[in-house]
Amino acid sequence: MKILVAVKRVVDYNVKVRVKSDNSGIDIANVKMSMNPFDEIAIEEAVRLKEAGVATEVIVVSAGPTQCQETLRTALAIGADRAILVESEAELQPLAVAKILKTLAEKESAQIIFLGKQAIDDDSNQTGQMLASLMDLPQGTFASKVVITDGTANVTREVDGGLEMIAITLPAVITVDLRLNEPRYVTLPNIMKAKKKTLEIIKAEDLGVDIAPRLKTIKVEEPPKRAAGVMVPDVAALVEKLKNEAKVI
Amino acid sequence: MAALVIAEHDNLSLKPATLNAIAAGLQCSPEVDVLVAGSGADAVAQAASQIMGVRKVIHADATVLADQLAEPLATQILSIASGYSYVLAPATANGKNVLPRVAAKLDVAQLSDVTKVISSDTFERPIYAGNAIATVQSCDPIKVITVRTTGFDPVCATGGSAPIEKQVAPDVLGKSSFVGRELTKSDRPELTAAKIIVSGGRGLGSGEKYQELVVPLADTLGAALGASRAAVDAGYVPNDYQVGQTGKIVAPELYIAVGISGAIQHLAGMKDSKVIVAINKDPEAPIFGVADYGLVADLNIAVPELIKALG
Repeated sequence: MKILVAVKRVVDYNVKVRVKSDNSGIDIANVKMSMNPFDEIAIEEAVRLKEAGVATEVIVVSAGPTQCQETLRTALAIGADRAILVESEAELQPLAVAKILKTLAEKESAQIIFLGKQAIDDDSNQTGQMLASLMDLPQGTFASKVVITDGTANVTREVDGGLEMIAITLPAVITVDLRLNEPRYVTLPNIMKAKKKTLEIIKAEDLGVDIAPRLKTIKVEEPPKRAAGVMVPDVAALVEKLKNEAKVI
Repeated sequence: MAALVIAEHDNLSLKPATLNAIAAGLQCSPEVDVLVAGSGADAVAQAASQIMGVRKVIHADATVLADQLAEPLATQILSIASGYSYVLAPATANGKNVLPRVAAKLDVAQLSDVTKVISSDTFERPIYAGNAIATVQSCDPIKVITVRTTGFDPVCATGGSAPIEKQVAPDVLGKSSFVGRELTKSDRPELTAAKIIVSGGRGLGSGEKYQELVVPLADTLGAALGASRAAVDAGYVPNDYQVGQTGKIVAPELYIAVGISGAIQHLAGMKDSKVIVAINKDPEAPIFGVADYGLVADLNIAVPELIKALG
């Protein structure tokens, strides 16, 4: 059974992003880039399924500029077997990425396609669901536990108010949440090994899918700043303020 | 130009998030219909028909729709979506699960977590965990939108009298099935709908301290319970307590942060609260940068004192 995992190169989660002075977007020049944290969990889960003998091959794919090769190498170091970069300098929105992934998932006959539940840059939370929809596959989103048995994925999902358990037949799309697993540390020997693994580069145009952006970003701004309030000396002062000034209790 | 809003419900009652989504819908179009897709959800359809501003309620009834599984729900929405210029749902776990499926089949983009309607095709939405606000324009014929509920004041739940159009949806055996649910049982208000929230963070030191300090304070105020991601990761409380970029986005009247340092990802989930109170022993904690009232104190002393003063 083959597993396809999609990963995205994003601004590292520790970086405090800055809006460009012309409000055209986020300044990502000379900013540390990393794999989207949710995608790291997706790779880890796929590699664990291979180590458990459930999967035979883990293929990692990314769509974006040539620098995404670094992200793919990280995935290979975690334990993916081979990588595919769908190269494009253009802005790729979730629908476009879903279309790209569909062609690859079909070509590879992947039984499970793992994705992070959302990317921490555009916070869209769409690509996995869109992919499942385009391929007419069932989906298990926001997964915190995945058990594969006899062509079925039993997925525990993080939902509002608790957990939900569903069973979906394979092939299926699964998007992962934070608590599914804790990704391993990438070791130096594995980084070295990853350099020898296959990384295929395909031009996005050559896939023959419509990747034109559908949403136009007019501007990007800093959120309105919340003014810092006052420090109160003790609990009595706090209660007094809440009762008489803020009038919330 | 009409808008379709997908109701959030559990077959028994209509969830308040629907009212915020309808508010967003009414800013897109004066003609807002509500889809109640469920099983035996007559009471929900009734409730939806009472909502101020709703033109029509479409009540789709089928066993497969009972558990809001994405596949049959998306099919149901798609069966009527072509008659609308806007399809909206609250950005809840359900809304986020199903709407991209709808958008992809319509071959249109989705606008996630919209916080403001600027014009008929232009919207504001937060990106980078709320550290930037993007104004985006959609050129697609149908705008598929998930609504960040905190961005829109709810419409009035009563005062309307929309007709209910019942549709019997086909029961098709799908590739997904519902197995079970483990919901945190609580008599407290729901986190995303609460007027007051008391949240605990890593500064508490343990799950026991959370029970000992945060829970009684919430009891005293009739508040919902929240937590920072650090507290969830440390195992103090379940994940559905989490407030932040990766948890729930809240905007109560009063948010009390107990032992929460105020990581960016947490602030992203609560900075729109009307009044923020922070109690922390570290005077340098970033939470004080957004708090209306800050108290530097030992939680073990200040919180019981606060409970006593309020009780």
